[in-house]
Amino acid sequence: MSAATGTEKKTALYDKHVALGARMVPFAGYMMPLSYSGQIAEHNAVRNKVGIFDLSHMGEFMITGAGAIEAVDRLLTNRFVGSKPFQAVYSPMCLDNGGIVDDLIAYNLPDGIYVVVNASNIDKDARWIQEHLPAGVHLGNLSDHTSLIAIQGPATLEFLAPIMDQPIAHLHTYTSVRAQVAGIDALVSRTGYTGEDGYELYVANAHAPELWDRLIGVGQNIGLTPIGLAARDTLRFEMGYCLYGNDIDETTTPLEAGLLWTVKFDKGDFVGRSALWEQKDNVPRRMVGLRPDGERSIPRHGNPVRVGERQVGHVTSGTFAPSLGMGLGMGYVESGLSRPRTQVTIDVRGKDVPAAVTVLPFYTYGSRPGRRKA
Amino acid sequence: MHTPAELKYTEEHEWVKLEGKEALVGITDYAQGELGDIVFVELPAEGAAVKQGDVFGTIEAVKTVSDLYAPVTGKVIAVNKSLGEHPEHINKSPYQDGWMIRIAVDNPSEMEKLLNADGYQTHVGGH
Repeated sequence: MSAATGTEKKTALYDKHVALGARMVPFAGYMMPLSYSGQIAEHNAVRNKVGIFDLSHMGEFMITGAGAIEAVDRLLTNRFVGSKPFQAVYSPMCLDNGGIVDDLIAYNLPDGIYVVVNASNIDKDARWIQEHLPAGVHLGNLSDHTSLIAIQGPATLEFLAPIMDQPIAHLHTYTSVRAQVAGIDALVSRTGYTGEDGYELYVANAHAPELWDRLIGVGQNIGLTPIGLAARDTLRFEMGYCLYGNDIDETTTPLEAGLLWTVKFDKGDFVGRSALWEQKDNVPRRMVGLRPDGERSIPRHGNPVRVGERQVGHVTSGTFAPSLGMGLGMGYVESGLSRPRTQVTIDVRGKDVPAAVTVLPFYTYGSRPGRRKA
Repeated sequence: MHTPAELKYTEEHEWVKLEGKEALVGITDYAQGELGDIVFVELPAEGAAVKQGDVFGTIEAVKTVSDLYAPVTGKVIAVNKSLGEHPEHINKSPYQDGWMIRIAVDNPSEMEKLLNADGYQTHVGGH
């Protein structure tokens, strides 16, 4: 964890985290809670019950104007044209060469297209999108005015339904609604990054502390647990979800990253299409799961993956997986070696650790409705 | 952060408690807090020789891995085997249940090269 420079921004909920005893760390230009009660306990709380996250570092844009839907569609590999009102679409956004600028969620709202991006990419994404918008389509950056509180875990509905002003249980995954949560206006989206059922609540900064307090207050009865970034990372890792900057970046393509399902070649032209079309039948490397044979080796980001003496890939995310009780990795290997049960060796700090290629996700027991993100 | 005054410390965050010619070794409260939840610890076998400043083991937290450095030279005469089943003892009780190894010290004067509690607190930035 890098040291704070003193220039980090604070989310509207910063004081709440400090009051809860969180360990605060710099992350993507913000001071964020790494953990509160302990990262394994927090991880388990989301798997078994329900947790609350401050994700206000994430970026939010509103794209408006005639032709905005088509303009956004052209920037995404996934299909956005034809999405229903309040539907959310997960998609990579690519460079012309197919490298991933960012992965994001775009909401088709009545007043515009609401785009949620990674905190570390806010400025870059805003520039990239603006460069590609036609005249008459406008990007507004709402990031500094918007808070994001996520509620995730199998008991999410049990917790949230009684404090909503309208039913939310019927919402399909990757759809949203404007509603009041505990009396506060929010965009309520059935999305998440944990593999569990859950909703994400977008609220104005001015109302975020009040909403947080009300949620924590009501949640006491049900065992609502505040969750830091450390547990968020192990939760997403067990699901094989890519983390921008670790698993995907401008040097990796969606096809390599196992995101073929988000690349809609038949939708018409989009930025990166010709490069991805060219790569499609000859993807050089693929994202896979890596399971060490021994239970006591933990692959880490950057570890080389070998077959014999030859390096065939590297680990992009590696951690102890609390729900599986062992160290696991995900990373890229040459496509010819990406079949499950292929034997490889991971160089873990100079130690050769035998490992098997496995399918993702590692964790398949989550409460998340449906199988896919879109 | 808890930094007992009666212990000595390395800059790499081990503590050492001298008991006659034996030294008990673990990692500091600051270190366990920085590492987060500890899941495995790899320690030397009893009888192994360790040298001041050299790596004697590794500690794996969920998120990161760290080497362990011997604060003094000598022979390992006991290893905290309970950490195999309960590595969380290092998080919960870094100076008691979370001790790691006991060393028969070759040269107690090596202790003079280590930090005292004040020096260690300054080293970690007065947390």
